[in-house]
Amino acid sequence: MTTHEGPPGLTLTDVGVRYGDVVAVDGATLTVDVGEIVAVTGPSGGGKSSLLSAIAGIVAYTGRIAWNGEDLANVPVHRRGVGLVFQDGQLFPHRSVARNIEFGLEMAKVPAARRREVVTELLDLTGLTGLGDRPPTELSGGQRQRVALARSLAVSPRVLLLDEPLSSLDASLRDRLGTEIRDILKARGTTTILVTHDEAEAERIATRVVRIDGGILRPL
Amino acid sequence: MTARGIARRPPRLSIESWWLGVAPLAFLAVFFVWPTTALIARGLGDAVGSSLPWSRMASAALTTLTLSTVGTVLTLAIGLPAAWALFRRHWMGARFATALATVPFVLPTIVVATAFRALTRGMHFADTKPGMLATIVAAFVFFNVAVVVRVVGPVWAQLDDRQFWAARTLGASSFRAAMNVQLPALTPAIVAAAATVWLFCSSSFGVVIVLGGGSVATIDTEIWLQANRFLDLGAAAFLGIAQILVVASTLLVASLLRGRLRGSGLSRGAAQAKRPSGPRGVFAIVAALSPAFVVFAVPLSALVWRSVRTRNGIGLDYYARLFDGHELAGVASSAASAAGRSLTIAVVTATVATTLALAVALVATRRRRGGWLHIGVLLPLGVSSVVVGLGSLLTLTRRLPGGFSLVDADLLVPAAHIVVALPLAATVIAPALRAVDPRLRAAAATLGASPTRVFALVEWPLIRRSVAMAAGIAAAVSLGEFGATTFLVRPGAPTLPTLIFHLLGRPGAENLGMAFAACVVLAVMTLAVAMVSDNPRAGRMMT
Repeated sequence: MTTHEGPPGLTLTDVGVRYGDVVAVDGATLTVDVGEIVAVTGPSGGGKSSLLSAIAGIVAYTGRIAWNGEDLANVPVHRRGVGLVFQDGQLFPHRSVARNIEFGLEMAKVPAARRREVVTELLDLTGLTGLGDRPPTELSGGQRQRVALARSLAVSPRVLLLDEPLSSLDASLRDRLGTEIRDILKARGTTTILVTHDEAEAERIATRVVRIDGGILRPL
Repeated sequence: MTARGIARRPPRLSIESWWLGVAPLAFLAVFFVWPTTALIARGLGDAVGSSLPWSRMASAALTTLTLSTVGTVLTLAIGLPAAWALFRRHWMGARFATALATVPFVLPTIVVATAFRALTRGMHFADTKPGMLATIVAAFVFFNVAVVVRVVGPVWAQLDDRQFWAARTLGASSFRAAMNVQLPALTPAIVAAAATVWLFCSSSFGVVIVLGGGSVATIDTEIWLQANRFLDLGAAAFLGIAQILVVASTLLVASLLRGRLRGSGLSRGAAQAKRPSGPRGVFAIVAALSPAFVVFAVPLSALVWRSVRTRNGIGLDYYARLFDGHELAGVASSAASAAGRSLTIAVVTATVATTLALAVALVATRRRRGGWLHIGVLLPLGVSSVVVGLGSLLTLTRRLPGGFSLVDADLLVPAAHIVVALPLAATVIAPALRAVDPRLRAAAATLGASPTRVFALVEWPLIRRSVAMAAGIAAAVSLGEFGATTFLVRPGAPTLPTLIFHLLGRPGAENLGMAFAACVVLAVMTLAVAMVSDNPRAGRMMT
């Protein structure tokens, strides 16, 4: 992780993803600088989510994905240092909000006292102060997405991947939460790739927008 | 486009290696496939080589077909009105009654058969052949009404009323509208229920052997008679093949019918169960439920009543006598030690069957060709437990070169129970595991959880309730297992069901009274296991 042989940040070189005979991503090449927020837009079925899945390492891919020049090919998902936020949050239903947020810290064997500090800090940051003991089932859609974001940010991922994080929310909430997310990510300097079908949302949150259609990635 | 480079295997996010399938496969190969194929080979060999008791076998086959058909028709006749009253009508206690209706299904066959013995005791008609046949059919109905209620009821509850009312506005009478609109929509469910009921009837060994009194023989009981009384293993094996064919053809016919009936317009909507209107509505519910209630309540009451009615009036004498620790004549074991043995075997069965089922489910739901493993594990469902028992007797009772014997190690009975319980446990666990969203595993993995931790911290908490339920079902099946066990119990080491069977066969009111008492004990044990495992808290106890 400390070898800086290549360019800093995330580099994708000729990345392809296929499911059987279906080509989902076709030779994608992309560089994301440290601290940059890149949005990937395009129609549904265009390969957006598959691209994120390849970066997270949860699907098989061809080509090369590297962080600071280090090839991630043989790094398993749980050691990649990527955060992933899904459209519907995918919170652990059997854990409270706080226990969801501290999951990654537990995995990293962070002491309990420090975990509590981080959880409190993130609850405040994401506007969830006081909701730590709630079960996820009692939260609204917007609150659930905030928890999902906090959960990913808790472990300070090298790259944060947001997969349609606002699509399940209604329009006014989407605008407000989008702005909030941008401010949080900028404040923390988190390198982020955001996938969305909503061009306006992409413009609002991201510092740069690229488009993927038919599996092929193009700068906008 | 062509793929550039070779894509690696999809990464593993949780425990899902194919080698998990090795243990269940090896277990089934030794304890199911080998015994069953050896039995088929033996039966075919003897059919060519020696003279078999053809007329006895033909009559057993005919009796099986007749009894199963009559049993299925009567079960539908009593179960369908009950399903209507429980699922189409809204009344206080309907949910409780629905839960209660599944109780008979959990009860061990030997308990139900003995309950009918308790009921017909002293009736002269019951000792005639027609009387025995009638009692057997009544016991079939007892068991299987729950199947009809549980399979047809939920479909019926979801039937869209609007088509019915559309037909009514077009001038159809209530009856004609029901026949022309609702019945076709219900037919697939009714066929599925009928096939299951037919299957249970045709392989209902315990009921027939206890209530048939030696003069009614079905394929299953004839297998037992040929093997244990006439010592003609060839004939028994040949009948085993017949039994396999009966089950296979039932499944085939059912799936063909289901294929043909699909798309016959089962329109589903959010139909509301209606409240009964007026005294006539209430009367309809009572009338629909009464037959089922009578079939359940009367024999069970008779069983309990006979178990406490002693020569000296009402008392627990039979229970006391049963558990005073004396060795029962002929089985060289006390009832208490038989009960203890049954419990031990149930615990072993539940543990092993659930573990193997979990392994099967992990492979079946995660690996691309894992579905085949699941299908393989379901195969024992298609074979009567008597066939499993006889097959094991033919193959697994041999002494290994080192002097080791499965019989001496008391492993044969648990192994057979596991074979019977494994498909049921897998059927409970697999859907629960499939219901865990793959993205939830991905979320946990990206947060730094290794595959083992993804399983332990995310998946296990979500499936443990189903695992507990599977363990409970396996334990209940083991406690009541009778068909395979009768072939495999070692002299001096009976289980509670085989002990009851033994007591039933001995003369004297005291032996019969103790059999009734033992049945009540076994029923309570089984229901306790079923209730504990179905409790929401049961899953938590396992962590």
